[in-house]
Amino acid sequence: MKFLRNQLDKAKHNFEKGGKWEKFYYAFEAIDTFLFAPNTTNGLRGAQVRDAVDLKRLMMTVIIAMVPCLLFGIYNVGHQHFLALGQEAVLSEKIMIGLIQVVPIIIVSYATGLGVEFIFSIIRRHPVNEGFLVSGMLIPLVMPPDIPLWQVAVATIFAVIIGKEAFGGTGMNILNVALTARAFLYFAYPVNIAGEVWTYLPDKAQAVAGYSGATPLAVAAQAGSTSGANAVEALNSFGAGWADNLYSFWNLFVGFIPGCIGETSTLMCLIGGLILIVTGTGSWKIIVSVFAGAFGMGLFINAIGGNPFVELPAQYHLVMGGLAFGAVFMATDPVTATQTETGKWVYGFLIGILTVLIRVFNPAYPEGIMLAILLMNVFAPLIDYFVVSANKKRRLKRATV
Amino acid sequence: MSTEVAEVEVKKSEPLFSKRNKKLISNPLDIDNPITVQVLGICSALAVTTQMKPALVMTLALSVVTISSNVLISAMRNAIPSRIRIIVQLAVVSLSVILVDQVLKAYVYEVSKQLSVFVGLIITNCIVMGRLEAFAMGNKPWPSFLDGLGNGLGYGLILMVVAFFREFLGSGAIFGFKVFEAIGLHYQGNGLMLLPAGACVVVGVVIWVQRSLNGYREH
Repeated sequence: MKFLRNQLDKAKHNFEKGGKWEKFYYAFEAIDTFLFAPNTTNGLRGAQVRDAVDLKRLMMTVIIAMVPCLLFGIYNVGHQHFLALGQEAVLSEKIMIGLIQVVPIIIVSYATGLGVEFIFSIIRRHPVNEGFLVSGMLIPLVMPPDIPLWQVAVATIFAVIIGKEAFGGTGMNILNVALTARAFLYFAYPVNIAGEVWTYLPDKAQAVAGYSGATPLAVAAQAGSTSGANAVEALNSFGAGWADNLYSFWNLFVGFIPGCIGETSTLMCLIGGLILIVTGTGSWKIIVSVFAGAFGMGLFINAIGGNPFVELPAQYHLVMGGLAFGAVFMATDPVTATQTETGKWVYGFLIGILTVLIRVFNPAYPEGIMLAILLMNVFAPLIDYFVVSANKKRRLKRATV
Repeated sequence: MSTEVAEVEVKKSEPLFSKRNKKLISNPLDIDNPITVQVLGICSALAVTTQMKPALVMTLALSVVTISSNVLISAMRNAIPSRIRIIVQLAVVSLSVILVDQVLKAYVYEVSKQLSVFVGLIITNCIVMGRLEAFAMGNKPWPSFLDGLGNGLGYGLILMVVAFFREFLGSGAIFGFKVFEAIGLHYQGNGLMLLPAGACVVVGVVIWVQRSLNGYREH
């Protein structure tokens, strides 16, 4: 450690004003403050407000909350791989496959994203922000395990430049950066991120007899378009012969199902959500209202009826697809969500409603949470505006001049 | 009316390519671009730019329409009663659009099918109407000709840039020539670029680059 400190101090004069690499000062500063606590903190004397939480700590809390999802995801990638091949495997083999698939995606996401951030901080002469720490972890978690790495890189570059830097950098973005990356891939290279791509199968591997890579949402949607079918029965009977009860309600909740790396397990998302709520990092109002909105909309369309997918019990919508992951990690993004407390309820509720609407009534998009959150990101400032102006009106009425 | 008379007097001694007249062509290319600065004619810029060939034809079509209707309206500007000027302008624009459409159908039928309604929709194109209202109604035919040419080129410049990136990134081709396959590489087309949303992103990036180069700020 001391050696590193000395090396940094030795190199420092090159980056300061007048030094030969003056232009790259902020890149240097970013590495310096990332490795060591900066020595520009307040002195011990005097009356300052002290809070241990700064932007870096906040971001780290979110990353810690994502760790359960990540670890489970790594295991699950291997688990699904061997399930699809019809082979028995021990825990370590599954984790090994998972690591081989997942770690490169994480590295690519961080390397390209931070690279872009460094370049922009040098051009714009501002310190590198910590904003990408969380996005860089969220991006791999919403990717399928066998996504080509170059696509991850392209999507990350697109999301950071168009989604964030074009609007002025960290804290100024309108759209959630990680979801922008995913939406980019979704529309640019649909072959690799939609359909039956959710299980890692090497090119020449022979899948087990009866294997199907359909996701629970696809199975339910399929049941919806065949008359006389029952979506729950279709889910329960899926996987018969090679993975019995793969899509039972309990399994959907725990998450031993194919899907994006981090999204499959509702349980792990809830644990992450608990960490966010307890530490005060994420808004519980948004998380609760997303679930409430989806559940309410589920009950509502159940009451209307129509086809088997519409009649799928509402609780299934909460455990299928990425609803839990989106509710906990994406919708609560403090930059893109609404800021007012009432607005958070409206925002979350609408996300839940839209998710179920898109899932059930739009055959082109089997999963709705990504588009629902992006759409509500755009509307968040409008919701805030109405909440604030309603508050003004209420207070003006009360005022006596 | 009074300002117009004053201008006419100034222009009597003006050479054909005076500084002011040159600006009529150069301004729309950069600081007064119809698409990126005035944000007019966006719909066709998003619709016809998936490939470069239709974009080029569309550019030519729009330039011809803008120039010819600019000149015509400018020539009859003193005879048009101001209360019915819009309908007169529309009649003139329709005339040139129909002519252009017929020529396209006769000589480049495939492209004209690709452009489908967008040639006809030049009638309602904001750039054409905007130039007639803002320029041709108050200026002589020659400056109006230059203004129409400049705006046609400014529109075309952006259209070609957007179409280049959309065709190149979307299907790995330039003017229909598969670049990547020619040098023996496989290129997976970017589907986003083929969607109108992709065009919106590209236009946004063009505006970003342009404004950071010339320092233009919205007032």
